[in-house]
Amino acid sequence: MAEPATLTGAPAPAQRPRPGAQRGAGGALRAYRALLGAQARSQTAYRTSFVVDLVGNVGATAFDVVTVVVLYGVTRELGGFTLRETLVIVGLSAFAFAAADLLVGNIERLSGYVRTGLFDAVLVRPLAALPQLLLMDLPVRKVSRVAFGLAVLLAALASARIEWTPARVALAVVAPLAGIVFFGAVFVLTATVSFYWIDSGQLANSVTYGGRDFTSYPVTIYGGWFRALFAYGLGFAFVSYHPALALLGRADPLGLPGWVGWAAPGVAGVAAAVAALAWRVGIRHYRSTGS
Amino acid sequence: MGSLTATVAPPTGSNVTPSFRTFGAIAVAGFRRHATYRQATLAGLVTNTVFGFLRYYVFLAAAGTAGQVAGYDRAQLATYVWVGQGLLAVIAIWGWTELADRIRTGEIAADLLRPVHPVTSYLAADLGRAGFAALCRLMPPVLVGVLLFEVYLPRRAATLPLAVLSVLLALVVCFGCRYLVNATAYWLQDVRGPMTLWMLAGNVLGGLYFPLSFLPGGLEALLRYGTPFPSLLQIPLDVLVEREPLPAQLGLVAVQAGWAVALLACCRLVQRRAERRLVVQGG
Repeated sequence: MAEPATLTGAPAPAQRPRPGAQRGAGGALRAYRALLGAQARSQTAYRTSFVVDLVGNVGATAFDVVTVVVLYGVTRELGGFTLRETLVIVGLSAFAFAAADLLVGNIERLSGYVRTGLFDAVLVRPLAALPQLLLMDLPVRKVSRVAFGLAVLLAALASARIEWTPARVALAVVAPLAGIVFFGAVFVLTATVSFYWIDSGQLANSVTYGGRDFTSYPVTIYGGWFRALFAYGLGFAFVSYHPALALLGRADPLGLPGWVGWAAPGVAGVAAAVAALAWRVGIRHYRSTGS
Repeated sequence: MGSLTATVAPPTGSNVTPSFRTFGAIAVAGFRRHATYRQATLAGLVTNTVFGFLRYYVFLAAAGTAGQVAGYDRAQLATYVWVGQGLLAVIAIWGWTELADRIRTGEIAADLLRPVHPVTSYLAADLGRAGFAALCRLMPPVLVGVLLFEVYLPRRAATLPLAVLSVLLALVVCFGCRYLVNATAYWLQDVRGPMTLWMLAGNVLGGLYFPLSFLPGGLEALLRYGTPFPSLLQIPLDVLVEREPLPAQLGLVAVQAGWAVALLACCRLVQRRAERRLVVQGG
């Protein structure tokens, strides 16, 4: 496997005793690049399997969009929103989730690394643990999903008859990026649970993949405490719903003021900070499973 | 080579009772094995429940103010979603790679030496697993649905036994599909590609993302009779919410039975072809 090769080969430059801040950073960067390169090579080694995987990964996101279209085949509106409006929400959610899943998503394998003890190997290397984990297993095949998500987002923005202002153009760029940061934070946050509860794998799915499904529809369709919990307790309303309202120039049927849509980057920042903190606490708490 | 005697002549016919007993023993072992994964069971339950909420609200929104969509009313949609979330675990639509793993590692050789046909023994183990899932994975989401929402309870006396039969057939159909997907490992070694395609087809065409009757009529019929996927979730759930009159329901279950038999036969055929070319490394 690619793993041992990068272990012995790449990080050497960073290991030199204090080679000056600049060279240290350069060495670390080279090491990360070597990790990434080894991953890309090993994953594309089996051509057929890789191509099938590329196609299959588009399929997963494509069917999320198809589901929305099918639902609009039997109803004219969902929660007071038309298909064109909902597609903006779907586009924001699909692109942000796919990109976050590509960049950070494989952190969900952390529980496996903790159980098998591989995480010990990660910790003894002279590189930060989190970037190593992300690059160790970067799922190159998921690139196709990101491209598809972006295409849906662009098509939805083009067809939604948005009155473009400079501020809205800025939001259309910033909101997806904030969504990526937010979903990334959710991935890291839920993965830290496995420091405490090793068999928690599926539990994280309910918030990560659940969050993706939740953000694919206007939050008006959900009821009562479930909406309160996911939309505002966990903050998922700021990924796609409120930015979409601001882009479309619609008032929130639930009564929140219009500026909330512009708060997405702030919420993403808070989520990232919480995730970073939880990660640090989690690593401190980590005890090797032994063996 | 003359090395294909592994599953050729299991002594059948004269000893039906012992083979029933073997089948039962394997099933019980399957039950007990899965009963040991308690944390994973709890985590899976929470996830099924969260997705139950998500799907229920989406379907409810599709029903809109009329409260009716594609022949389902609100209560029927609630039953469809919450029983469906439980059935996912009973038929184990996701993540069974045991056979593929054993083929890749060569451990399958041990299975081939046993006097029970591999399709039979894996089916028995799967029935045991499903028995555990029916107790611990099906009941909780159904309870959540019953306690928090207005669900549809069957009104005809024949529905409940028919639904149980339909779930059993769905389990066999699902097992057959999973076995075939796993068996591609005999040829491909790496089953990630086929597995991805199966998950997509099973989820979408099985009726998990939306009831297939949301689709245009011709397409729905084509899927229902032309593919095994609606037999996984859509048909048992439709039987349970009594979407159609009794004769039509019997027809649906007959379709399931047809697929179950066809898929099991296909599994045995594939297994025989695979054994003919299987080379197990090592000694």
